[in-house]
Amino acid sequence: MNNHNKFSDERLKLSPFHERQAALNVRDAWSVWNGYKFADYYYDAEYEYFCIRNTCGTYDISPMQKYLIKGKDAESMLNRMVTRDISNLAPNRITYVCWCTNEGRMIDDGTIFKIGANEYMLTCGSPNLAWLKKASFGYSSIEIEDLTDTVAAISLQGPTSFSVLDDMGIAGIENLRPFDFITIEFNNSELTISRTGFTGDLGYELWIEKNSAIALWDALYSAGENYGIQPYGETATNMARLEAGFIMPYMEFNEALKTVHFQHDQTPFELNLGWLVDFKKPIFNGRGALLTDKKNGPTYTLTKLDIEGNKPAEASYIYADEKCTKEIGYVTSAMWSPAVKANIAMAMIKTQHLDDELWVEIYYEKELRQYDKVVRCTKQKKPFWMPERAKLTPPRKY
Amino acid sequence: MKSYDSIIIGGGHNALVCANYLAKSGQKVLIIEALKKFGGLAVDREFFPGFRANTASALNQFSEKIASDLNLSSHGFNSKTDALKNIALDLSQNHVYINEDSVIGVSETDAQNFNQYKSLLKKFADVLKPFWLKSIPRLKNENIKDLLTFVEIGLKIRLMGKEDMREFLRVFSLPTRDLMDEFFDSDLLKAALSWDALIGSSQAPRSPNNSILTLLYRMSGKHQGHYYIPNGGIDSLIDALVSSAEEAGVEFMSETLVKEIIIENSQNGLKAIGVKTHNSEEIKADRIISGVDPKQTFINLVGAHNTEIEFSNRINRLRSNGYVAKFNLALSSLPSFMGLDSLRGRMLIAPTMDSIEFAWDDTKYGDYSQNPVLDMIVPTLFNPSMAPEGKHILSANIMYIPYQKKGGWSEEDKNELTEKIIDTISQYSTNIRDNILHSELLTPLDLETEFNLTGGHWHHGELALDQMLMMRPTYEAAQYRTPIDKLYLCSAGCHPGGGIMGAAGYNAAKEIIK
Repeated sequence: MNNHNKFSDERLKLSPFHERQAALNVRDAWSVWNGYKFADYYYDAEYEYFCIRNTCGTYDISPMQKYLIKGKDAESMLNRMVTRDISNLAPNRITYVCWCTNEGRMIDDGTIFKIGANEYMLTCGSPNLAWLKKASFGYSSIEIEDLTDTVAAISLQGPTSFSVLDDMGIAGIENLRPFDFITIEFNNSELTISRTGFTGDLGYELWIEKNSAIALWDALYSAGENYGIQPYGETATNMARLEAGFIMPYMEFNEALKTVHFQHDQTPFELNLGWLVDFKKPIFNGRGALLTDKKNGPTYTLTKLDIEGNKPAEASYIYADEKCTKEIGYVTSAMWSPAVKANIAMAMIKTQHLDDELWVEIYYEKELRQYDKVVRCTKQKKPFWMPERAKLTPPRKY
Repeated sequence: MKSYDSIIIGGGHNALVCANYLAKSGQKVLIIEALKKFGGLAVDREFFPGFRANTASALNQFSEKIASDLNLSSHGFNSKTDALKNIALDLSQNHVYINEDSVIGVSETDAQNFNQYKSLLKKFADVLKPFWLKSIPRLKNENIKDLLTFVEIGLKIRLMGKEDMREFLRVFSLPTRDLMDEFFDSDLLKAALSWDALIGSSQAPRSPNNSILTLLYRMSGKHQGHYYIPNGGIDSLIDALVSSAEEAGVEFMSETLVKEIIIENSQNGLKAIGVKTHNSEEIKADRIISGVDPKQTFINLVGAHNTEIEFSNRINRLRSNGYVAKFNLALSSLPSFMGLDSLRGRMLIAPTMDSIEFAWDDTKYGDYSQNPVLDMIVPTLFNPSMAPEGKHILSANIMYIPYQKKGGWSEEDKNELTEKIIDTISQYSTNIRDNILHSELLTPLDLETEFNLTGGHWHHGELALDQMLMMRPTYEAAQYRTPIDKLYLCSAGCHPGGGIMGAAGYNAAKEIIK
């Protein structure tokens, strides 16, 4: 047997965009997402980050899970599964949702696209097919199709992203509002473009049948040549999303169905996602538990922090006093934000101590020597990065 | 439109018991039954012109407390009858006769060990007895009274003394076979004593889990689990429950199938407010109590979409496939059994524990037992009115007959099985075949169709450790309350379980009234 075919089922799957991305991955910096070979960065993470903020970049979201949910019971099933009320969602609109166990612990978050009266697409970071099957028990008219391996998806983010799509000649792109989507014909395939993203800036996500992926890539890069288009990977995404205040699985939250230790997972209230929970709905999974969580107040509250100095407070504890005698929380994500010029972080802080003084103990390294310092943190209400251009319709053309 | 305090769906004995207590507490109660007669599996049916049989053909554990609370004797229920002896039939006519406190037909050693065995099990059964007539609280619970129930269980077990406590903890989960082998030599005796630990379950003598616990549950009855037929038959119990309920003001509606429990949606969640019948009539009540099995209640009547995801999946996976078939014979005259003077007893055809085990093996893989094992009673000896004068019926329970047969049940299958059963009985009775006027075989599938009972399961769900106590039918519905406001359960699908006992109906009523 030829060595290359050995363990072929065990090898990482290649994204429909792989051929083009591999050519541009100067550093061969790969990691894995849902079994797909997936770029950490291509050339330099900081450079890619600046492309997102100053020009535009593409991020391969093909490994994201995509489920087509069809049938007369599709709305009812989804509405009982997620905490938000999707019954008023209009066709060609998208909504951000989360779903919980009946104990109110968050399983995952994602987006729902309303394609038609009885047709939705659900996207999320981790496989949720088994949960969808469970949630479908008792509904007679429902079909679930996993599109993950057949539909390619790419995120185009940054201030010049609109200009790229406009130059590609996509009709009506200028009218797309945040959380709208349109479906057009491209390369004899259906191309869906949604005004969504994970960077907090102007941006789009493009969804197409996988055989047309390369054609789409080439069209984007041809139109984007003069708009500074550049592929970016996981590292730059993580920087941009933290500035935008978005949560990341295994950083801010632990998926409930994969959590072993008692309450090491989170409720939406703990994650500051209470606005996603609609108690006006008479039933949805976790309703009773979440009512209690809301009434008693969540144990922790995810809090945005502005931290003194410039040393990222990665994996640090939060204290209520400078002497660090009273531990009240922990940092989930932290970075020096080049766009905001601030030392930012998100942290889980015990709700009852939210109004206490907040101190963080930061460990850092300088040329193999370890240092630590204790500095003050200030709570931030708004996302660190929220430019007006992100919401402007039509967006500015460069 | 009329409105009630409580509507009870289903007219089985637990529902009747529940209706009685609620009405006596002052509630206006309506009880709705799909069939013509109330009584569920205990009801008598004419299966051949002039011949009647009850699916539950004898009593063994009906609660004495309920009988006395409801003063059922004044309504014609008289339980003061002797227990039926169990007669383990032997091909060479060396039958074994098992009474409450003695056994005849076995070696001196076995007879002595029987006393020891009985006194041990009686002790254990007595310890457990109070808990069948009690709600078993949730494990995470801040209610002092509920916590005391756990303390009480622990204390009761501890107070038996160290030796007995250890023995209890060892024995209750033992496979039947191990316990029998410890005590006895006689194959017939071992098989006969195993019988009541196994019947109605998906377990055979070698199965691990809790068959001894099931046996102790049955032993809570007045005759230590021995069956008896009250004067006036099983009907007299059902008639008494109906009559006492009528006296307390309960309204009865029969031949009405409830199709749906009406759920009101509001910002406060879901609430049961009424029922919708097969002819689309809507009847409202302050609370709805389901006396039908949990699967039907939550999947068909409430709808899975009205419960949370994990709950609906737990209900769906409840093990509720029955394994006992009912077999009724209309007989032109009393048959004779070889070596038996009298048929006034419960006769068992299960020569060895292996015969039970092998019967189960066939069923385990989707077929029915090729050599079925069975128990049988001649109810007309106690209640002659069940057949025309001089004629008799024989009522048998056959193990193990699956609800889901591989390839499905056909008429040929049933005819073949009927022949097998008659052949089996004929080994012990040379003239039974000549006396048969008519036979009726009700597989679990037939029981489901006839009685609207999921899986045709006697107990509305397997009576096994994973579906007992605070897990019966499943957590979040185990204290007779359900996740839906104003919807309660009172069937055998709740603690403590099936058998004509009435405890589930009693416990539900107490929970509702409190």
